[in-house]
Amino acid sequence: MSLLQELRAVVGAGSVLTAREACVAFECDGLTAYRRVPDVVVLPGSAAEVQAVMSICHRMHVPVVARGSGTGLSGGSLPVAGGVLLVLARLNQILELHPRRRMARVQPGVTNLSISKAAAPYNLFYAPDPSSQIACSIGGNVAENSGGVHCLKYGITQHNILEIKVVTVDGELLVLGGEVGEAPGYALTALLTGSEGMLGVIVEVTVKLLPRPARVELVLGAFDDIAVCARVVGEIIAAGIIPAGLEMMDGPAICAADAFAQCGYPTNAQALLLCEVDGSSADVADQLERVMAIMRNAGAMYLRVAADAHEQARMWSGRKAAFPAVGRLAPDYYCMDGTIPRRRLPDVLRDIAALSEEFGLPIANVFHAGDGNLHPLIMFDAGKADELQRAEACGGRILELCVAAGGTVTGEHGVGVEKLGPMCKQFAQPELEMFHAVKRAFDPEGLLNPGKAVPTLARCADYGAMRVTGGALPFAHLPRF
Amino acid sequence: MERDATDELAARVRSAAAARTPLETRGSGSKAFYGRAVHGEPLSLQQHGGIIDYDPQELVLTARCGTPLTEIEAALAASGQHLPFEPPHFGPGATLGGTLACALAGPARAAVGPVRDFVLGIRVLTGEGRVLQFGGRVMKNVAGYDVSRLMVGALGTLGVLLDASLKVLPRPQCELTLTFPMSAREALVRMNDWALLPLPISATCWVEETLYARLQGSAAAVAEAQQQLDGAELAAGTFFWAAIREHTHPFFASAGPLWRLHVAAESALLDAPGRTLIEWNGAQRWFAPADAAEDVHRRCARSGGFANRFRRARANDEVFAPLPEPLMRVHRELKRTFDPHGILNPGRLYADL
Repeated sequence: MSLLQELRAVVGAGSVLTAREACVAFECDGLTAYRRVPDVVVLPGSAAEVQAVMSICHRMHVPVVARGSGTGLSGGSLPVAGGVLLVLARLNQILELHPRRRMARVQPGVTNLSISKAAAPYNLFYAPDPSSQIACSIGGNVAENSGGVHCLKYGITQHNILEIKVVTVDGELLVLGGEVGEAPGYALTALLTGSEGMLGVIVEVTVKLLPRPARVELVLGAFDDIAVCARVVGEIIAAGIIPAGLEMMDGPAICAADAFAQCGYPTNAQALLLCEVDGSSADVADQLERVMAIMRNAGAMYLRVAADAHEQARMWSGRKAAFPAVGRLAPDYYCMDGTIPRRRLPDVLRDIAALSEEFGLPIANVFHAGDGNLHPLIMFDAGKADELQRAEACGGRILELCVAAGGTVTGEHGVGVEKLGPMCKQFAQPELEMFHAVKRAFDPEGLLNPGKAVPTLARCADYGAMRVTGGALPFAHLPRF
Repeated sequence: MERDATDELAARVRSAAAARTPLETRGSGSKAFYGRAVHGEPLSLQQHGGIIDYDPQELVLTARCGTPLTEIEAALAASGQHLPFEPPHFGPGATLGGTLACALAGPARAAVGPVRDFVLGIRVLTGEGRVLQFGGRVMKNVAGYDVSRLMVGALGTLGVLLDASLKVLPRPQCELTLTFPMSAREALVRMNDWALLPLPISATCWVEETLYARLQGSAAAVAEAQQQLDGAELAAGTFFWAAIREHTHPFFASAGPLWRLHVAAESALLDAPGRTLIEWNGAQRWFAPADAAEDVHRRCARSGGFANRFRRARANDEVFAPLPEPLMRVHRELKRTFDPHGILNPGRLYADL
């Protein structure tokens, strides 16, 4: 039998797509600059079907790219030529939610937000909250090790999953980790989390659920000096406070967000901090008072605690709308995703401002300050001669700044196809060789998501960045933060 | 000992690889009892020590793996911070490397997560003597496979740990321990009732018909929770938790075999004669069998958990729960990848790793 006949025999003819008009829907993820219409799309309906599909493709030496909801920002699920695109969206059931054991066992196509929704009646929640949480799948979250606004306190995906079931390249089912978060042998959940579909296909995830905090408060502090604002971030942490979220925006981002969302930000400020504290009622009162004292002592020009949940949502709305808001200021922008040690924030922000001058391109900064995870947005006009190249060069220099400051070229968006170039700046040849060796240990023929996540040594020359064309954001209906 | 011995260690590993000489990595030897017996030339990390970088504001500490835990904990305490996973020392010289290789966490584990959650980056020597650096010193980093956390708990079978960067946290301002006399069955229910609520409970333990709960947080939060829970205050709470962590509590006094069980939090006690101490809201249990109890692995697996022989009775005892063959195959491939000649702590984890 041919590949298609065998695949149809396993998942049913209706779940194997080959017509161009059907396959075109899967040509890219959230990074729309990279597109390729897949040759074959397979939509399995169970973990057993995933095993069978993998075993067929393995036997026929056909590459497989796994895909969840396709909201990734680095081209991790970009189809490959001659390969099968394995779409896990039909595996969308919450298999078990056990409040007393504070865990949920779910299929990979379940959306991030629906887990917290299902847990809400028990006053529990799933902590990682990537901006695309309304649409992104938990399988994709594990593959990308997704973050979110609240990971400063609650950790990223890796800290909130207990067990994963993975189908290997030859169709074997592996159970990694365990409900208690401990397991005999090597820490393979850690290795598979964030491995971008290169080592196995995730077919089930057991996540940890946490009790909802008794009280949440949000304070907004604005400053007339960005360096002072950046220092306040460190001072809050140094005071022994771990906010649930600690987000920063610079002047251009504040103005753009306020114009877009009418959220009442002080538009004459050079920088602002949104600091959310949560916990028991007494703890929150104590922390709120101390955060406000730190901001006041640093000379905050504006300080406001949201009066209620409604005002909290309004204060957050500007931050969450910041990417599309900046998208209105210029025809195009590049979004970078570097992370730096927190103490380097003031000087790296200063250096980014200098690069903005040097390249003659405005840059807005809106980012997860508490984790040191920067998202500089470089504005440009692809219609003007050489602006695209200048923006790319500027982005490359920003990632170099992050690596030189002791940081990383990707804090939460992943490498995918987008950051294969910058990976070469961060890792030397011996480490890259070891990554390839780890890949071979799971997938000797290189059939799983080939060409992603780890650059070949030959490739180590280019640079790339998330490119947004014509101000049109991929998944524009999703808040981006 | 403030010294970087990377070059000497790499040279030792390279010559051992060339001669196919097995090596037994050693810090202070405080956890030499843990795992299967290894026969190899000792490779001491004790000359490779010292804190490389620590900025309290950053919540990150980087140190060489031969650094004594006491030195790290003292540096953190001076800035009001700590290692949140409360690693047991099991000896005065316990090192950072041994702590990470064994991945043992103390009473706070249920509240804060496992040891590997606090590892941001590791520098490691492969079995061929190559020095590799994975991860970094920042909180969020998704570039490349997470090799640094793979090393945690691998008992030195995938690499010689050289340096590590850890996420550290502020020490809670205030601490209070409450006690409640009750049976194990009642305690398991109570612990998990509490775990559903946003309470500042950082540790629970049941031993000798008493449930212990430790509250940690701001003074106000601890006082608020104390009222809510209404137990008897234990004056020597800090000493109690130290004794649980270090196994100096009378429960651990007997020299007999000791099993460490990981099970779903509310599962019933193991159906076998012996004494039990419960931690981590029921997810970790220590079991001292009354007889030879050779089938603890199997009994524990039947109830959905797994067991490790924490203190083995004989040198050739199998220590860790057996793995299914497909999973074992992945382990063997990874071992070959990092240590192709099989010279790093061979057999410490499983016979063929």
